[in-house]
Amino acid sequence: MGTFTSEFLQALHLIVTGDGDLWGIVLLSLWVSLSAVAVGAAIGMPMGAALAVGRFPGRRALVVLLNALMGLPPVVVGLCVYLLLSRAGPLGVLGLLYTPGAMVIAQTIIVTPIIAALTRQIVEGLDAEYAEQLKSLGLSRLASVPVLLWDGRRALLTALLAGFGRAIAEVGAVIIVGGNINHVTRVMTTTIALETSKGNLALALALGAILITIAISVTAAVSLLGARQGPAHA
Amino acid sequence: MRDVTVEGQLASTRIDVTALRLSRSGRQVLDVPHLVLEGPGPTAILGPNGAGKSLLLRCLHGLIAQDTGTIAQDGRRLRSGAAAGQAMVFQRPVLLRRSVAANLAFVLRRQRLGHATRQKRIAELLEEGGLSTKARQPARSLSGGEAQRLAILRALATGPRVLFLDEPTSALDPAATAKIETMIARIASEGVRVVLVTHDIGQARRLAHDIILMQGGRVAEHSPAGAFFARPLTQAGRLYLSGELLI
Amino acid sequence: MRIVKSALLALLLAGLATVGAAQDRYIVVQSTTSTQNSGLLDAILPAFERESGIDVRVVAVGTGQAIRNAANGDGDVLLVHNRTAEDKFVADGEGVGRKDVMYNDFVLVGPSEDPAGVKGGSDIVVALSKIAESQSPFASRGDDSGTHKAELRHWQSAGVDVADASGSWYRELGAGMGATLNAAAGMGAYTLSDRATWISFGNKDGMEIVVQGDPKLFNPYGVILVNPAKHPTVKAEDGQAFIDWLTGPEGQAAIADFQIDGQQLFFPSAQ
Repeated sequence: MGTFTSEFLQALHLIVTGDGDLWGIVLLSLWVSLSAVAVGAAIGMPMGAALAVGRFPGRRALVVLLNALMGLPPVVVGLCVYLLLSRAGPLGVLGLLYTPGAMVIAQTIIVTPIIAALTRQIVEGLDAEYAEQLKSLGLSRLASVPVLLWDGRRALLTALLAGFGRAIAEVGAVIIVGGNINHVTRVMTTTIALETSKGNLALALALGAILITIAISVTAAVSLLGARQGPAHA
Repeated sequence: MRDVTVEGQLASTRIDVTALRLSRSGRQVLDVPHLVLEGPGPTAILGPNGAGKSLLLRCLHGLIAQDTGTIAQDGRRLRSGAAAGQAMVFQRPVLLRRSVAANLAFVLRRQRLGHATRQKRIAELLEEGGLSTKARQPARSLSGGEAQRLAILRALATGPRVLFLDEPTSALDPAATAKIETMIARIASEGVRVVLVTHDIGQARRLAHDIILMQGGRVAEHSPAGAFFARPLTQAGRLYLSGELLI
Repeated sequence: MRIVKSALLALLLAGLATVGAAQDRYIVVQSTTSTQNSGLLDAILPAFERESGIDVRVVAVGTGQAIRNAANGDGDVLLVHNRTAEDKFVADGEGVGRKDVMYNDFVLVGPSEDPAGVKGGSDIVVALSKIAESQSPFASRGDDSGTHKAELRHWQSAGVDVADASGSWYRELGAGMGATLNAAAGMGAYTLSDRATWISFGNKDGMEIVVQGDPKLFNPYGVILVNPAKHPTVKAEDGQAFIDWLTGPEGQAAIADFQIDGQQLFFPSAQ
């Protein structure tokens, strides 16, 4: 492990000098995970909000299920998506297996329950405070949803970051459906897995440190933007 | 509404309550066979904790559906408070997590006003509440008194014919309370029916035209304010004024 | 929020553009970890890609999984090392025209202290018997890979029922070659590795080759085109072009030229 520092500096050097391969891997990681979070938010936020304000039979059970799905094992998700997208599978004709698209699909399945469950919790908490006031102003339950989502935006940003953190750190699903193909579907985590299996532990660790740095930077950037945004305009 | 500024203008909206009953977990919490709100107002609802003041206010505003009985406004059965031109201010102001101006814009936007009209109306309202300098500030950063004033302004922005207030000054110091009371008096003078729940007997004396005293979910007494404070008609009224009506 | 949204959108679009711009002409090769972990494919593929304009996308998994993926039609070419399974793949109609590509050999790797006393031997069966007798830890791939199947054949020859010992001194990892070597190094265990992965492995940490040179450790690789008659999405022409190159003079020379630390790792064997 004595070589870790030099390996890290070397990896950092590659990043700073704009090494095409490493940058390609970093950008693909970001693209795949951010896309998954974007799609996951488009699905998970309305779903979570509906669960928070809706009153229908089976709602309690759905909430429990959603909370449980936050812990979906990525490997299982990867396997299911592989079976779906395989040429022999029902969606094989799309030809998506071993493409970044397949990785986005797998990660979307992983992050959507996280975003939905946290949204449900945030919106429900806010609704406890807002419900009477919004009803007094004449808003229906359905019309309350956008207000609750907007006013919960800070907390929801954290929910998105939780989803992003899960996605960017995940290896089990993307390695199965992406195939870790060099220059096509190789991302940070699968590179780390590969370097580890080559016995290049110091390089793997250096890449890990860079991954963590990137994750922290994205989180910090988003949080800063969210904070600077402040209250909405009139 | 703005052009009606005659002092002592009668509140024109009438509310009729008939055979109202409400139970919560098997216990009768409201039982109001007959109640009429007419005359100039404001009406103050007094009574000890748990007497059903806030519940009555919420039923009148359509936030809670009564088990039986009807509430009618100007002869029409009430379904939704907002649709009937009512607004409500809560004990703790529920302000949206936006700027002061945006809290007003939120309500005005629902009235499909043009942008210019809306901005003008926001400016007028802020002026009226003494909040003009705080327009861009986050509503959540206002002091307790300012926040409650904004809540009242937001209720006014809906252009209400009836305004309910649930203990609007219970958490405020005397100076802040005075400002709120001035606003309420002005609103009532402009023809809005004001119904106010309060624990502050002095406030009821200063603001109310008539008093509803509640006890155990029932209306114990409904009298003109002057008469109520001079010589209550009921035993409950006498006990309440001497601070001995506990439930 | 609006800024964040537009930033996200821009990134999405940029990403889509990148993905859309990725080379259209490509084949997917289902192969084994040994060809990737050793660095062979990284070394020889660029020449083919330059010459043919065909991008070669390698999915490196165990031989068993590679064969199953290919049988699902998820790949155009199969490059693996388990003759029995390869022949079955062709016999089942999943692939056509198997060709020899190259060979390397397996080596028995173990801790330098050599608790089973097998160092310097040249008979894998004898060595495995000694490991079983001394109950020295042995790390098995346990992943149905070509290496795993070869290892099981040698245990069988040695008359050792490893299923019995599983969980005690015989440890099935269910992992690729590199991960298994890492684990073996970590627990001071013996393990069977292909020579290529071993030589290029970066974490030898107290491990060395203890048995090599047994003819039984010979490890041939074959290449097969996934049957386009059975799997219509297979890019038969480009896949065949790759097979022809790999088994032709250029590919064979490239394989022979691939060295790590001055050692040749694979030996061309195309007829």
